[in-house]
Amino acid sequence: MAQIIGLPKLSPTMEEGVLVKWSKKEGDKVSPGDLVAEVETDKANMDFNIEDDGVLLKLLAKEGETVKLGAPVLIIGKAGEDVSALVAQAGAQAPAPAPAPAQAKPKAEPTPQPQPQPQPQAKPQPQPQAKPQPQLQAKPQPAQPAGGGKLLASPLAKSLAIELGVDLRTVTGSGPGGRIVERDVRAIGSNGHAAPASDDAHEAQAEAKPEETAIAVRRPQAADHDTDYTDTPASNMRKRIAARLTEAKRDVPHFYLMRTLDAAPMLAFRERLNALLGDKGKVSVNDLIVKAVALALRRVPECNAAWIDDGIRTFHRVHVGVAVALPEGLVTPVVRDADQKGIGSIAAEVRDLATRAKNRQLKAHEITGSTFTVSNLGMLGIERFTAILNPPEAGILAIGATIDAPVVKNGQVAVGKTLTVTMSCDHRVIDGALGARWLAAFVDLVEHPESLAL
Amino acid sequence: MSVISYREALGQAMREEMERDANVFIMGEEVGHYNGAYKVTQGMLQRFSERRVIDAPIAEMGFAGIGIGAAMVGLRPIIEFMTFNFSLVAIDQIVNNAAKIYQMSAGQFNVPIVFRGPGGPAVQVAAQHSQSLESFYAHVPGLKVVMPSTAYDAKGLLKTAIRDDNPVVFIEGETLYNTTWEVPEVEDHLIPLGVADVKREGKDVTLIAWSKMVWTCLEAAKALAEQGIECEVVDPRTLRPLDVDTLAASVQKTGRCVIVEVGWPVAGFGAEVAYQIQKRCMDALDAPIERVTSDDVPMPYAKNLEDEVQPQVKDVVAAVRRVLYLE
Amino acid sequence: MATASKTPHPDTSRVEADIDDTSMTETTVAELAPLYRQMLAIRRMEEAAAKAYSQGKIGGFLHLIIGQEAVCVGAIAATTPDDYVVATYREHGHAYAKGAGARPILAELYGKSTGLVKGLGGSMHLFDKATNFLGGYGIVGGHVPIAAGAAFASKYRGDGRVTLCFFGEGASTIGGFAEGLALAALWKLPVVMICENNQYSMGTPTYRSLAVEDVSMRALAHGMARDRFDGDDVIKVKRRVAEAVERARTTGEPTLVEVVTYRFRGHSMSDPGLYRTKDEVEEWKRRDPLNRSRAHLSQLGMPDADIEALEDDVRAEIEDAVKFAEESPAADEYMKYVVKP
Repeated sequence: MAQIIGLPKLSPTMEEGVLVKWSKKEGDKVSPGDLVAEVETDKANMDFNIEDDGVLLKLLAKEGETVKLGAPVLIIGKAGEDVSALVAQAGAQAPAPAPAPAQAKPKAEPTPQPQPQPQPQAKPQPQPQAKPQPQLQAKPQPAQPAGGGKLLASPLAKSLAIELGVDLRTVTGSGPGGRIVERDVRAIGSNGHAAPASDDAHEAQAEAKPEETAIAVRRPQAADHDTDYTDTPASNMRKRIAARLTEAKRDVPHFYLMRTLDAAPMLAFRERLNALLGDKGKVSVNDLIVKAVALALRRVPECNAAWIDDGIRTFHRVHVGVAVALPEGLVTPVVRDADQKGIGSIAAEVRDLATRAKNRQLKAHEITGSTFTVSNLGMLGIERFTAILNPPEAGILAIGATIDAPVVKNGQVAVGKTLTVTMSCDHRVIDGALGARWLAAFVDLVEHPESLAL
Repeated sequence: MSVISYREALGQAMREEMERDANVFIMGEEVGHYNGAYKVTQGMLQRFSERRVIDAPIAEMGFAGIGIGAAMVGLRPIIEFMTFNFSLVAIDQIVNNAAKIYQMSAGQFNVPIVFRGPGGPAVQVAAQHSQSLESFYAHVPGLKVVMPSTAYDAKGLLKTAIRDDNPVVFIEGETLYNTTWEVPEVEDHLIPLGVADVKREGKDVTLIAWSKMVWTCLEAAKALAEQGIECEVVDPRTLRPLDVDTLAASVQKTGRCVIVEVGWPVAGFGAEVAYQIQKRCMDALDAPIERVTSDDVPMPYAKNLEDEVQPQVKDVVAAVRRVLYLE
Repeated sequence: MATASKTPHPDTSRVEADIDDTSMTETTVAELAPLYRQMLAIRRMEEAAAKAYSQGKIGGFLHLIIGQEAVCVGAIAATTPDDYVVATYREHGHAYAKGAGARPILAELYGKSTGLVKGLGGSMHLFDKATNFLGGYGIVGGHVPIAAGAAFASKYRGDGRVTLCFFGEGASTIGGFAEGLALAALWKLPVVMICENNQYSMGTPTYRSLAVEDVSMRALAHGMARDRFDGDDVIKVKRRVAEAVERARTTGEPTLVEVVTYRFRGHSMSDPGLYRTKDEVEEWKRRDPLNRSRAHLSQLGMPDADIEALEDDVRAEIEDAVKFAEESPAADEYMKYVVKP
């Protein structure tokens, strides 16, 4: 039997995606795991692998189209099946509800206790009556599931269903449009049809959650001839950056610590390393800094941490994010266990990640999970800057350019090389003295670069 | 306890407060020699003299403002509007001056004043003399808005309003003056502003109403009890501050709510109550909150039409049956 | 409360407003110098406010009284500190003359927590209970009944205070003025209604807004005393208002006083001034009450050095007030004063 397939969730924060390219065409046979399309999410270009067996009867989304999570993208079934009804349904349905997570929210308010009194009943039932029973037979309401199988229930009916262990899917709604109301749940609950207070009930509740209202996206207008500006629609990545950075800057109490360090020993060390490596690769200043950051986090592990709502989470592993600029934004691929890796392998890994980031080939797991981030604008001539934290991490280090500057050596002013780094800290996790201690460890490592090789 | 009328309860409250505090005086049209257009101030001129019972000419903006100026420097005026319909020509004084002086002066001056008089529909006096203006005043920060439904509440709330350090808009039910209720014969029968009162207990549905509509709801509750439906009738008594806790507790218990007001539907105060209830009681609701209001028209004169416009017992009964999914 | 007497009230007023009369009222240095100082301080304070406004440090509406200083200074000089003053939104001068001080006034204009009303009122709503300044009100004419109310309280208590109520001639057409005047006359309330007739209701000249341009004539309908004169000579303002204050204090009767004056600046800072000619403004500037008072002080024998010392003192006072306003912490409270606990 043919069915509609909606756009799957391809990243934890995805709300919509652009269907970049179909890998299959109508009439192709597919098996679970087959790649059917490439989808641009807020994070990266992701593979959309089908989980069903059959023939692609209809592709509903055009290449380049933005599709809400869960909205119909294709119809799959047996060869030759008539899909016109499903196509019509898909048209009416879009954008479809996102697949709801199968868990119920904890109840915020206590619900009324089940009451022993005779209750209004959906179906007439002989019951002992202590006082005149209202003529409460409901007008028969067709229990028509609206919106393609969505379960309608009043909030009270839902909380009561959980309390009484009633599976709402087994209840016939007597309210308008088939809405399940209190008396319907009580009728089942008191008839011994109660399911155990199980996940089923929770699932039913989750299904019954009102669908997320699709917010109409106001498309920026293309510049017309009497305006002095051009509105460019934001890419998913741009939208995501805008949302994340706004949230971080607004919600995280930032403060900044700055130090200028003597870069000459590190530059000399790098020259020696590159001489050793020969044509087997190159080590950049940034690679050394990634390593120094990782080791500094080992020395001062309290900075390898994140604020969670009621406390501080200290990470046991050190994953360093490296911000990489792209034409349409930036992405932060992660060097995992950077403290464990040699400088050469860090250099190779960063180069590979950066290249693939630019080609938008990174996988979701390669851009998530960092515990501290490095952002470097030194190669663009920026001497110093402050970076916005990358939540939930508690620290980010902004690297400036290595410049010729007067330094004092043995009481004499000489021309030296300096580098200014600025640490942004989440004050909920890192206090000034702690951040200063971390920065001291980092400076010590960079100024004594041999220790990076240990 | 003695059973007295709503009118007498208001008169008692003013007389007691004027005996108690020499700064309290009453000013308004026909409050003195005429003994009050609705006889609320009957006998007060004889008792307190022209110095404290002041007949004002027809100049609501003028004497409302005089009350405010006097209150700023320490007196406690009671300004009577012959009906609240006439407060509209004084609304600049109430909204722009009385409500704002405490804030604009950063707390240096406060305005302890009561604007009182009958409001809500009367009987066959047509569009300009038959309207409910509480939603206008309840909208304004800096004002308190009181709407008693019984003689008991009228006396206790008016005494508190006179002692309050803020401007209080005290709207009496124009058709309630002859209603009676038991009122305690104590020296200081005071009811705090911002405390709702459960006028009838029930478990199936909460009816929220104030002033005249409390009586309509009590009648409807009686009719519904005969059908086996137990209504809880809750009277907020003051719209600002609003005792959301008591209203919400009732709806938490019953799971259904009908708000009955005699004002117009659009942006009526019941809409605010409905918002507060859904916010607090979302998970307890078994049906959408219902509102019963007057029709969205200026009040007609003819008796049959006038009745048609206003919420009647049958309208409340029907709304209750709707939230119980019985219609 | 006594009701109106049924005997017709005689019109006891003088009604001349000879605006070409440049003679000065007899006085002494001791009387005039402090009033000149007040007028100068108000002018310097408002000039500082205009500058801060142009720098974006003051927002909203800013209505300057520059040119009209002699009216509020002279009138308030005719009262005692216990007397009440109620004013409009053009009230920096009235608040200052009542004694509020340049520091809290400017800090208020800057929207600072040290402002007279903690940044809650701004230019239009100065209040100062300590000096019995009952406030600046933004709705034209709406404060006239309030002034009558303060006077009502004085009569109710018999405390002998008088209330001054200031308003522009533009307020004389609105209901609040009509009702306030009617009730003050009916109930014989000790209030002096002072119309600061600066000849323009925003941009509309009196000949286009008033059927009878003599505002003081409104008193006649209520059997109320009236007076009308020009407002360039601060001592003249003081003397004539003092007569009305005396009437209020001794007989409890109100007076409608109209003072013809002129504002040199626009209605507010955003006024392009298209409704009057530059020549007209320049002509009135030649009658500047400050220059006239200063010349009068010289005539009365006040040494130039003393005048200059006074002026230096004013400059220092306003500089200090500006610095205070600039350095004060931002306003920080706005929920505290909605309802009195």
